[in-house]
Amino acid sequence: MALVAALRRLSHASLGFYSWRAAAATPTFGAWITGQRSFTVGSQPLRSDKVTVHFINRDGDKITVKGSPGESLLDVVINEDLDIDGFGACEGTLACSTCHLIFEDDVFKKLGRITDEEMDMLDLAYGLTDTSRLGCQVCLSKSLDGLVAKVPESVADARQSQDG
Amino acid sequence: MIGQKLLFSGLRTSASRWINRLNEGETFLTHVSFKKVTGIRIQFKIDSKYVLGNFYCINGRGQASFSSCSPKVCIVGSGPAGFYTAHHVIKARQDAEVDIYERLPVPFGLVRFGVAPDHPEVKNVINTFTQTAKHSRCNFYGNINVGKDVSVEELQQAYHAVVLSYGAEDNRKMGIPGEDLAGVYSAKDFVGWYNGLPSCQKLNPDLSCDTAVILGQGNVALDVARILLSPINILKKTDITQPALEALEKSQVRRVLIVGRRGPIQIACTIKELREMAKLPGTRPEMLAADFDGITEALKNVPRPRKRLTELLLKTALEVPNEEEQERRSKASRVWAFQFFRSPVEVLAIKYTGVKSNLKQLEFFHVSASVLTGELEDVPCGLIISSIGYKSTLIDPSVPFDSHKAIVPNINGRVQQVAGLYCSGWLKTGPTGVIATTMNNSFDTAKSLLDDMASGTVDLSASKAGFHSITGLLEKRGVKPVLFSDWEKIDSVETSKGEAIGKPREKILTVQEMLQVVHK
Repeated sequence: MALVAALRRLSHASLGFYSWRAAAATPTFGAWITGQRSFTVGSQPLRSDKVTVHFINRDGDKITVKGSPGESLLDVVINEDLDIDGFGACEGTLACSTCHLIFEDDVFKKLGRITDEEMDMLDLAYGLTDTSRLGCQVCLSKSLDGLVAKVPESVADARQSQDG
Repeated sequence: MIGQKLLFSGLRTSASRWINRLNEGETFLTHVSFKKVTGIRIQFKIDSKYVLGNFYCINGRGQASFSSCSPKVCIVGSGPAGFYTAHHVIKARQDAEVDIYERLPVPFGLVRFGVAPDHPEVKNVINTFTQTAKHSRCNFYGNINVGKDVSVEELQQAYHAVVLSYGAEDNRKMGIPGEDLAGVYSAKDFVGWYNGLPSCQKLNPDLSCDTAVILGQGNVALDVARILLSPINILKKTDITQPALEALEKSQVRRVLIVGRRGPIQIACTIKELREMAKLPGTRPEMLAADFDGITEALKNVPRPRKRLTELLLKTALEVPNEEEQERRSKASRVWAFQFFRSPVEVLAIKYTGVKSNLKQLEFFHVSASVLTGELEDVPCGLIISSIGYKSTLIDPSVPFDSHKAIVPNINGRVQQVAGLYCSGWLKTGPTGVIATTMNNSFDTAKSLLDDMASGTVDLSASKAGFHSITGLLEKRGVKPVLFSDWEKIDSVETSKGEAIGKPREKILTVQEMLQVVHK
């Protein structure tokens, strides 16, 4: 399992890298296109392949960023250097539950199957809900555009710490 | 050749009793304390803003900061609790400087010495801790034994605040006759032995027996079971120490019983570790169906985590496996089992035949119990590992300590009755929980500390010299601190040694040798 997770992580990481490069290249390329054709077509929306993600941080602040399809939400947090304390401690290897996120019902249903291994780690998460997922296991797709992911508050809950 | 017998009392509590407990709303979660800390911490670079250079004192001897009134915080212990506390303080206050003191020359506490060698992914937190340690406002001082080389009071004079986060390094005792006999080990020592903790390297456990009994059913117990049962070619690729690997290669242990006082629904391990056991190559489970009577019904109103854990346990223990699994099990040469409702009563020696001399050393045990139903069970075995929990100890008489709970009495990490003294991690809560638990609890302590600085409870008006005033004391006492850059030398020697034999790391096993690498 660790190996699979590590491979997954690797593929995520390389995807992340790829999309980072793509993102860096796109504006120039896009500007060039629009520059050439501005008199006929008007400006096309840039980065149209990007997926908008809203994070609600622990303090209630909403952070809106964009990620690329195929990236995990953990990748997005890292790539965008988001300030979420303690997020992704095991670096996406399914060995902790620190990238726990909570979704709205309808979004949760679109997120796909949950593996037993993810459920196992979720079971140790603070403030587990029926619509909880691990950010490292949720991959972006165009259909998830605009999703809201809530970072659970870290509550020092006696029950959790005993069962953890 | 070794023979030990464990005698258990058959604590055959009927399942209905547990169900009643559930219905009464009593907590059904075992309050067991042998969970291993799995490391913690993040990957994104909170520190990127500061990467410009070491403006403050990087090695404690240098420039700046001496006369400023920047808050100086001292943290005792460099495990997850220490690093998470440091991280939070550094991040929240741009003027705070944090020094982390560590007894050993190497950092990371239980991430290095507790986390199982076959769980390398848990050790990824080391990357985040390293970022914290290399932060310009953070210093690591290893090889300093707080309580001996320097007192907590001296630290309190040198710093605005002191956070104790040295964990729980002792083990709870079973309190039964015979537990000190040869062949009985604490899980703490056994884990320390295979993980390279210098103080445990002489343990040299005898693995020439067929049956090992582990007392306790938490994650540490399962780690030990897994290490005893794993195929050697799996362990070979981990950072388990070479002496442990060689001993395990010759091990005759074929059967591991993991024994607990309570029932299946109170089991203390987490589901990840149980799933690993269920899938462990070359092994098969062998459990007593009667132990699970009535459990299915009891599960109806249980929260999801406990429910899934118990369901996996039931499935592993009772369900008729599919063909593939049947084939896997039929090929297995090693066996593991949970046994429930059993209290160890006494460890007794089995008489030896053959060797007359030195009889005392060769005697071993079995245990006898007295309990509710009083039925006694005699379990012969050659190895007993007691994994019933870690325990914090007192390192300095000036620190308040609750010896019953084995914690420093505190409110949200503020040590009672001592201003400017804090605690975090297992010393604060007792030794339970996974890394995420320690992370949150350390953040909470850091918040208390930051609040107190903001409110003036921690007086920042007087400047404090921090390590500058400690370094003189250490010199006088002949103590040479090990810096983080020194640890990096050790790290690089260890990783290249490991690389040569296909392991991620070959740990250096003595403090002396670690210091030799540092001072080379």
